[in-house]
Formats: sequence, C-alpha cells, structure tokens
Amino acid sequence: MAEPLLLLEGVTKSFGDGVVTHVLHGIDLAVGRGEFAALIGPSGSGKSTLLHILGLLDRPTAGRVLLEGRDTGPLDDDARTALRGRALGFVFQFHHLLPEFTALENVLLPMLARAGRERPGMRARARALLDAIGLSERASFRATDLSGGQQQRVAIARALANEPLLVLADEPTGNLDTETGANAFEMLRRFNRELGTAFLVVTHDMRIADRCDRVVELVDGRIRAERRGGVG
Amino acid sequence: MPFTWLVALRFLREGRFQTLLILSGVGVGVGVIVFLSALISGLQTSLVDRTLGTQPHIVMRAPDDVVRPARQGPAVAARLEPPAQRLRSILAWQQALSTVRALPGVTAAAPIVGGAAFAVRGLANRSVALRGVDGPSYARIIDIEPRLVAGAFDVSGTRAVIGTELAKDLGIGVGDKLRIETPIGRSDVFLVSGVFDVGNKDLNLRWVFVSLRSAQTLLDLVGGVSTIEVKVARIFDAEAIAGEISGRTGLVAESWMRLNTQLLVGLRSQSASSWMIQLFVVVAVALGIASVLVVSVVQKSREIGILKAMGTSTRQVVRIFLIQGALVGLVGSVAGVAFGSGLALFFASLAKNPDGSATFPVELGPGLFLAAAAVATVTGLLSAVAPARRAARLDPAEVIRYG
Repeated sequence: MAEPLLLLEGVTKSFGDGVVTHVLHGIDLAVGRGEFAALIGPSGSGKSTLLHILGLLDRPTAGRVLLEGRDTGPLDDDARTALRGRALGFVFQFHHLLPEFTALENVLLPMLARAGRERPGMRARARALLDAIGLSERASFRATDLSGGQQQRVAIARALANEPLLVLADEPTGNLDTETGANAFEMLRRFNRELGTAFLVVTHDMRIADRCDRVVELVDGRIRAERRGGVG
Repeated sequence: MPFTWLVALRFLREGRFQTLLILSGVGVGVGVIVFLSALISGLQTSLVDRTLGTQPHIVMRAPDDVVRPARQGPAVAARLEPPAQRLRSILAWQQALSTVRALPGVTAAAPIVGGAAFAVRGLANRSVALRGVDGPSYARIIDIEPRLVAGAFDVSGTRAVIGTELAKDLGIGVGDKLRIETPIGRSDVFLVSGVFDVGNKDLNLRWVFVSLRSAQTLLDLVGGVSTIEVKVARIFDAEAIAGEISGRTGLVAESWMRLNTQLLVGLRSQSASSWMIQLFVVVAVALGIASVLVVSVVQKSREIGILKAMGTSTRQVVRIFLIQGALVGLVGSVAGVAFGSGLALFFASLAKNPDGSATFPVELGPGLFLAAAAVATVTGLLSAVAPARRAARLDPAEVIRYG
C-alpha cells in the first residue's frame, strides 16, 4: 500500500487539569491521497476534536500525527502553521468567511498569508476558483452580502486556494437547507474528482456519508466501524 | 501590499466607529501635547528673549583684588579686610577678545568700558551707568538699533545715546547737549544722537552709551576695557562656555544663567510640569489605544482563528495588530497636530500686547510636528503589543469550535 497522506497512530486527547476528560482513546486512522472519506458519529463522540488534531490545529495528548510520512509532533507552532497553510484546507460549518473582505479576497487570503504579499497569478487563480463554484459574478460582493449557500461555496473555494493535499470539512452542509447542502456536497465531490484533492468530511447526515468512498464511525472517542461507501 | 497591511487596514476600515473613536482619542491627546509644547516653548522663548534683550549671554571681567598678607615671622593675621574693588582694566584684553571670538559656540564678543557717572544738565543731575562701546561690535551683542525711538545709534566722537527716561528727566532730546561727570572729577559734553527704549525703566534711565575712547578718558582707563561681553549661539550653552572662557583667559566669566538663577529655576520647573502633563497624556492615549485594540481582538477572535487555520503565522497575527496600533497613532497624530496648532494659534490671537505681539506667543514648527507624530506612532505601536500578544495566543481550534 502506498504511504498514506495523513496517518494517526494511537492518538489520545484529554482536556482539563483537575477533572480530566478523555475525548479520544487510541485512534489509528489513515487518509489516503485523493480519498473522499466521511467521519460520522453522535455529537460528543470527539469528531471535532479529531478533526482539529488531523488539521494540526490541536496537538494530541499522546500518539503521533504523520503528514506525508513526517511526524508533526516535534514541529513548533510556526512550522505547523506553515505546513497547514501549504497542505491543508478547512471548511467550517458556519462558513467563517472574513466579513471585512469580498468573496474574491476571501479566496485570495490563504495565498497571501502563505506568500506574504500578492504575487502574479494569484488573482487569476482566485477568479478561476470562483468560476468553478459558479460565483464569478459575485466576486466583489462582501461576504456578508452572500447567501448561506454562496458563503459556503466561497469557503470551499478558499479551502482549495493553496492547492492543498487534504481538505477537512466540519459539517459543511450542516447549516444549509437540503438542496443547497446537496449542491455544496456535489461541489466537494467534483473537486475531489477533478483536482485529486483528498477530503475528510465530518457529518451526521447519513445520506451524505453514504455517498463518500469510505465512512469512519467514531463513538465515545473510539473508531467503532469503517466501511466502504456507496457511490464511487 | 503585504498581507499583514491589507488585513490591518481592512480591520481598521471596517471597525468604523471604533476606529473613529480611537483616532479622536489620539487626536485630542496629540493636540494637547502640541498645544502645550507650543505654548510653553513660546512663553519661554519670549521670556528669555526679553531677559536677554538687554543682557549679554556672558560677561567677562578682571578677577577681583584679593588680599595677600605678607608672612613675616610668627604673626598670624586675625582678620583680613577685603579690599574695595576699584575699576580696573582687563589685562591684555585684545588678546582675550580674539581668544573668545575664536571659541566654538561664540557668535560675538565686544569690549565695554563701564563705570559710574553723572549726567548733568543745568541744575538737574542723574546718576548713570556710563557704557563706552564700539558701535558695530556692540550691536552684535545687544541690538539697540531697533529699540531706538529717535535718532540713530551713533557714539562716534563726542556723541551719546541715552534712554527715554533720562531724556524725559533732563528734558533733552536728539541734538541737545549733555554733560557727563565722573567721580574722579573728569567731565565732557556730549551731543545726544539717539534715544532708546529697551523696555526696562531703570535701564532707560541709567544707560548712557558713548564711544570707547570717551569712556576710557572719563573713567581714567585709557587703553583698557572693564568688561568683554559675549553672545553665544545656543543660550543654554552659556554656562559651559563661560567655564571654558574662564579656563582659557584666567578672567572671571559669568553667564546669564548664573546671573538669572531665579528665571532659570522658573523655566526649568515650568518645563518639568509641562513634561509631566504630556507624559500622562501619552499614558492616557496609550491606554485608550490598548483598550480599543483589546476589544477588537475579542470581537475578531473568530476571524483571527480562521486566519490562523488557513496558515497565518503567529508573527503575522502580531504584525497585523502592531500595524493597526502604529497606524492609529500616526493618523491620529496628523489630526492632533492640526487640532493642537489651531488651538495654539487661536489662543495666541486672543490676547495682544500693546505693541501688537501676542501675550501668549506660541512656537509651532516642523520639529514639534514630527516629534508629536513620532511619539504618537511609537505609543500606538507599544500600546498594540499587549493586544497583539493576546491575539497571537488565541487557539484557533477553540475559537472555531466555540466562536
């Protein structure tokens, strides 16, 4: 088997100093290149915590997180941030666009943060991404002037700005109505097909999970089951 | 534009009301600093100008006579009577004069023959201070010319220039004759060529300017001078230069600072209190900037978390807030300079002296403006340190989860 893109080995996570809450218990998980996986589980099962550890936003209490075979544990925060900016993209449930910026600028921001300033081609790439999500005519709209579905599509475009290897999506359709949610999900699948970007989607919507290549079920901080999804 | 500048500017622009509030705060603070500085330095300059308008910066004279008891046998003097100080010439004064003129910081030096005399006309007489001067070189020490109310400053031959009070007391004016008598019994008749008003009643009565040669004859100081008066480029260097002059020439050299200690103490305490006020204004401005930025960090914690999640480094987050602080300081200071200058000019226009000059003169200049802008910018930058560190410490996972 080829080296997995992201590999978790015996990851545990506890919170609190006095009263310690154990959220994750010995998680072993591999995400392959170009994979489209779902992470499901009841609320409180540790999905978000696991997602944050996968996304290098949080450190595990014990265990290792390897990105492209490289242990991220010894890296300092700056190195993890740089790695995150290069290799990972995020889509959050509540869209989380920056309201001070236009749709185009929101897509541009990860590229600017990484390069430090605007470089030739960045704006064209951001436009192409907006085009791909069908919002090119909304490029100069403020984030707050877009509908929920449009905001989520811009957030997806933003997650793809730096051509990440893996996009982590936390309930990307959770805050949208069924049709808009389905559209956003289709978009993720399309990018997965066309760009080869791997996706890990946290959801509690079984219809969405069923359409992923692989479904990982998390219960009480343990992986209970893994199965292949329906649609390829 | 660098990414950090873009985000900082956008945060400021979108926080309209807060930004306006904080800019006004900085503006008022800087305005107070500009106004106070302009007023205090204006007042001090005018005070020093008035004081030094009739005083040289440094006066050099021969050392005092001292008693040197002759030691003969075991006898010890029980009491030394200090000698009366007679009028004496500075030894080798030409040499001392050229030494002083060559010193760095000295702009002019002039020899003076000064002593007590009587101005007599008919039955009236007044005790006066006779000042024998060399017209052109003296004008560079104290410029009498612009203070003349009649005639010209001409002391050549047997011409004299007197003050308005003496002219009034003796009932004379330009073209009239005046007899000067000295205690040693010499006298001469002078033609009044000019009448001055130096703004000091006592000096307007007592100063009588004649030529060096006439004064030397009248005071029995032929070929000699009693004092050398010196002007320096920077008035607050006078004391140091006086020390240097003493060391080089062996003469007594006293600066205006030594002769006006009260004034100097007054100026210094005025400056000190002005500095204190300005310091507290700066502290208040800093606290204002810091508190608004801290609120902004709290308000924008979700955005900061997103920025971090998408790869913005801690250093970049810190920079975003430092830039905001510095920009607020700089832009606020521009408004403050305008406000403070306007206030100062308005204040100066309120009260006028009889001669039309401002009662409260103000000193505004690019130096003050630049200093105010620099202080405000640095204050903004420093005030942003705590908020920036707070933003840098934000845990993206936490603000995304709960934000």
